[in-house]
Amino acid sequence: MSHSAAAGHGAPAEHDPVFTGALRARLDALGANYPTRQALLLPALWMVQEARGWVSEPAIAEVAEVLGLTPAYVKGVLTFYTMYHTHPVGRHFVQVCTTSPCGLCGAEETLQAILRETGCGELGATSPDGRFTVVEVECLGACGFATPVIIDEDFIESVTPERVPGILARYQ
Amino acid sequence: MGYPHPSHPRETVVLSKHFGDPGARTFDGWVQRGGYQAIRQALGMGRDALIELVKASGLRGRGGAGFPTGLKWSFMPKDDGKPHYLVCNADESEPGTFKDREIMRWTPHQLIEGCLIEAFAIGAERVYIFVRGEFTELFPILGRALEEAYANNAVGRNIFGSQTSVDIVVHRGAGAYICGEETALLNALEGKRGNPRIKPPFPAQAGAFGMPTTVNNVETLAAVPHIVLRGADWYKGLCLGSPKSTGTKLFSVCGHVQRPGNYELTMGFPMKDLIFDLAGGMRPGRTLKAVIPGGSSVPILTAGEVEGTLLDYESIAEKGSMLGSGGMIVMDDSTDMVKTIWRYVKFYAHESCAQCTQCREGTAWTAKILERILAGQGREGDLQLLLDLAENMTGKTICVLSDSCAAPVVSGIRKFRHEFEAYISRSRAPALAAV
Repeated sequence: MSHSAAAGHGAPAEHDPVFTGALRARLDALGANYPTRQALLLPALWMVQEARGWVSEPAIAEVAEVLGLTPAYVKGVLTFYTMYHTHPVGRHFVQVCTTSPCGLCGAEETLQAILRETGCGELGATSPDGRFTVVEVECLGACGFATPVIIDEDFIESVTPERVPGILARYQ
Repeated sequence: MGYPHPSHPRETVVLSKHFGDPGARTFDGWVQRGGYQAIRQALGMGRDALIELVKASGLRGRGGAGFPTGLKWSFMPKDDGKPHYLVCNADESEPGTFKDREIMRWTPHQLIEGCLIEAFAIGAERVYIFVRGEFTELFPILGRALEEAYANNAVGRNIFGSQTSVDIVVHRGAGAYICGEETALLNALEGKRGNPRIKPPFPAQAGAFGMPTTVNNVETLAAVPHIVLRGADWYKGLCLGSPKSTGTKLFSVCGHVQRPGNYELTMGFPMKDLIFDLAGGMRPGRTLKAVIPGGSSVPILTAGEVEGTLLDYESIAEKGSMLGSGGMIVMDDSTDMVKTIWRYVKFYAHESCAQCTQCREGTAWTAKILERILAGQGREGDLQLLLDLAENMTGKTICVLSDSCAAPVVSGIRKFRHEFEAYISRSRAPALAAV
């Protein structure tokens, strides 16, 4: 996946804090579930991504501040995990499994159909209309239902090239 | 009822009895189906008796390692005054394995009840169910089930009016195969990078947040209520092969079979019957070529080796592979073994946490060499080079991801060497022609 679009250098953009009001209360309530504040890091990063679609540099700084960690530490953890977006993605995020068991059952053809139909063209790219970003992912744990595809929060089983246009039409 | 197709008459349906039945997902529905009896019984048994029961049943960890479950529980210290944790490993990501997802999807209360019983046995007041981030549909299902369980006093303070309190928290992973390794999972839970830890200390000494912790797989936990209700002798009696492999196991079958899916079988069931009878065999006109029997991390078996192999820990080990997670990847004679093995290696190269040199470098170079062979640029010494690399990747690292990458390469070259050689000799041909 390309990280070329990652925000980074230059003057920091105006950051509208995520953890205020209800979201701050939700995070603090979650704190009761863990003996350390640091354990809230993965949940906090999920909350940022839900609210903003991706995790920007200023958001990293905010999470660090809220949890009493350093921005460098937060970034180190953030970039270990594949599901957090470190740059903006399309309105709908499409993850296609191509690991061997699905590969045996036609995952490559399904992936090509998705790249074609979305107009993304290549892996990691966002379609020109900003509607889709398509990535290839490793085993989604649904090998008996090849090919599994996740679109946003929907886990869709048994996707074949023929089903691709109908499925994508549901995501405008 | 099975899923995605009805149960086969040769299955032994225990854990999967309510797969495909949405009525089993609610608290009341689960109680109507006999749920939450086992925990009440367990609370009256006492901790030591429970651990002895699980030991006597012969239950072994279903996540892949097959470690005796009761023994694992017995490692937890007693009366040490520290908080204890139970962590449920629901980070199912081993290629070829898709059983834990079905347990949580259809029978969330089966897992919750298993968690409660174990939490009581090991003195844990908090349980973390660590679910891989990609299992999007499970979060609302588990959330709703827990909400109902709390509302019915099955989870929380003084469960079922007893002196025992257990809280259960679902923790969402964020994409990393390595977090299925228990110590990497603990690091992820603590808000760290998912790097495996050096053992010792083992989790029972210093696990989550430095406290005594037991980590168990979803399927292992789901089996516990049934053992409590029906007894160790019943469980031990579910055995068609080695007496060291008892109970039922969910086998996920995928790849080139006509009826992929999960099949619950008594341990020791013939592998060939699972593939050809239950899973429907190969597509018309195709023959079986190879099987990876326990998730992608175990050595490949040829069609010949499948003959006479039983689905238990010992029988598969005798054939030089492992039962692992029970995820069976079936390949027919149309399979290009070089390409397939390269794709596994690419998986491990992508998922290496990069902590150990042998793994970080070994997985990446193995992938590159296989890519070179596939691209028609293989060299004469490449197979030996791959085997040398594999040797350096085996038994030398903090966790077994590196070994898992080496397994299909070594067994693939040993059993399908001619396919690798064909790629390499083809690649030499144009060079000679140019002379």
